[in-house]
Amino acid sequence: MNANSKPSEAMNSTTDFRGKNAPAEPIYLDYQATTPTDPRVVDAMLPYFTQKFGNPHSRNHAHGWDAEAAVENARRQVASIIKADEREVVFTSGATESNNLAIKGVMRFHKDRRNHMITLVTEHKCVLDSARHLEMEGVDVTYLPVQQNGLVDLAVLKAAITDKTALVSIMAVNNEIGVIQPLAEIGKICRERGVHFHTDAAQAVGKIPLDVNAMNIDLMSISGHKVYGPKGIGALYVRRKPRVRLEALIHGGGQERGLRSGTLPTPLCVGLGEACAIAEREMAAEAERLRYLRDRLLKGISDALPETYVNGDLEQRIPGNLNISFAYVEGEGLMMGIKNLAVSSGSACTSASREPSYVLRALGVEEELAHTSLRFGFGRFTTEQDIDIAVENVVSAVRRLRSMSPLWEMAQEGIDIKSIKWAEH
Amino acid sequence: MTYSAKLIDHYENPRNVGALDKGDPTVGTGLVGAPACGDVMKLQIKVGRDGVIEDAKFKTFGCGSAIASSSLATEWIKGKSIDEAETIKNTDIAQQLSLPPVKIHCSVLAEDAIKAAIRDYREKNGQAAAPAAEAAAR
Repeated sequence: MNANSKPSEAMNSTTDFRGKNAPAEPIYLDYQATTPTDPRVVDAMLPYFTQKFGNPHSRNHAHGWDAEAAVENARRQVASIIKADEREVVFTSGATESNNLAIKGVMRFHKDRRNHMITLVTEHKCVLDSARHLEMEGVDVTYLPVQQNGLVDLAVLKAAITDKTALVSIMAVNNEIGVIQPLAEIGKICRERGVHFHTDAAQAVGKIPLDVNAMNIDLMSISGHKVYGPKGIGALYVRRKPRVRLEALIHGGGQERGLRSGTLPTPLCVGLGEACAIAEREMAAEAERLRYLRDRLLKGISDALPETYVNGDLEQRIPGNLNISFAYVEGEGLMMGIKNLAVSSGSACTSASREPSYVLRALGVEEELAHTSLRFGFGRFTTEQDIDIAVENVVSAVRRLRSMSPLWEMAQEGIDIKSIKWAEH
Repeated sequence: MTYSAKLIDHYENPRNVGALDKGDPTVGTGLVGAPACGDVMKLQIKVGRDGVIEDAKFKTFGCGSAIASSSLATEWIKGKSIDEAETIKNTDIAQQLSLPPVKIHCSVLAEDAIKAAIRDYREKNGQAAAPAAEAAAR
């Protein structure tokens, strides 16, 4: 699938860098997969590739000092958007590394005394896979279910914490359904029980207000490319007071307080910092604009089409996400019918397992409905016109595919598709 | 995923979408697949006295490859005798549409749908299935 951010276009135009003369490109509605780098971010990064190319760890000359000043400024910008101290920000290669470092780092440090951690079944694969890996090292992992709306049940969380629990890792915002977990409440529970609270905030930073102190968050993973920054950069917030101890994954020159060795990529750090600064300034107004677009998309679809279902809580949700099941129409077939829209599907018809989305299954969405879901993700460069085109295309494609769906036909005839004995294949 | 022009043509302009009267004794109906697996095909044939398939219709819930496979299947069986139609192999369909490996199951389902429709027609008309066809359907 084509993203809409060709760098050349990004630099040529600041009003519509998607390129007005490139109509062949599909309308990008996959902002949870990645976001285009904001041209303002690119502008801030460029000098650090060429004139200001110094190694930020070189202490002997101005090249190094300039780079170091830029990196430290970026660190302040990242800290600011989550109300942290800049000394608590560790740069990494992205949220996957941050999640690995937080989870493996904390558990490996503590597992001799406390070898239990808790996470959710709907976490991103990099959290779940890190937890699986730790299980092989002897760590006990509890995978908590979620409620039908996608949110954790706080009573279930409380009950799962034992005196062996070292870490609770619960994502801030889900990447498929956009639901926002009750971070402040989770943080309070964890603090009372003396358990570290890590949150994967890749989909949350710049979308919702975050305050690591008010929310009692001890570790937070941040991604650059989900917040209109560059790919290949992220950060991990690590609380200083009370201090969170963790083992490093990458060893070497001892950069980033020994937690993440390796020369910092100055341009990428600058890009992440600038992306955070822009998001912090524009978040409130942007959220309002996106909520309007979201409501317009939802109304357009549900007014025209019966039997469409929003997956995940609609209130506790970032405004730039809608995940909808279109009953009786398979998601991948639907995507082919809306080929000028770049969206993603909860169906997994192409994968070897052919299992639909594990996140939707965890909400109790039945397999046949999970196969019919699409994720619409929109953001900073989505226009009202994009949304109107999306509604028009989706409605006509769903109508066409329903008219040729045997399941829709049965539903119209009043046949319960569950009453049929299907041959599983 | 990139698809062949033929596949896209069958997806965008599917042949023989629709339904025939299930109650008609000259109509055989095959319903294969499962909603939980993400694809269901309904394929129907109308058979003349000479055993030739006069008409075929389909409806499919599934991905583009599943829709194209069933569309192509109806196109191929129209005008063939049921014995001939029964010899159509999933590999023929897969090859014609250049299905990628992860989509081969769509062509298998289309073959199953043809066989299921023929079986239904034969059962309705008191004909035993040809032994070879029975074995192939397994």
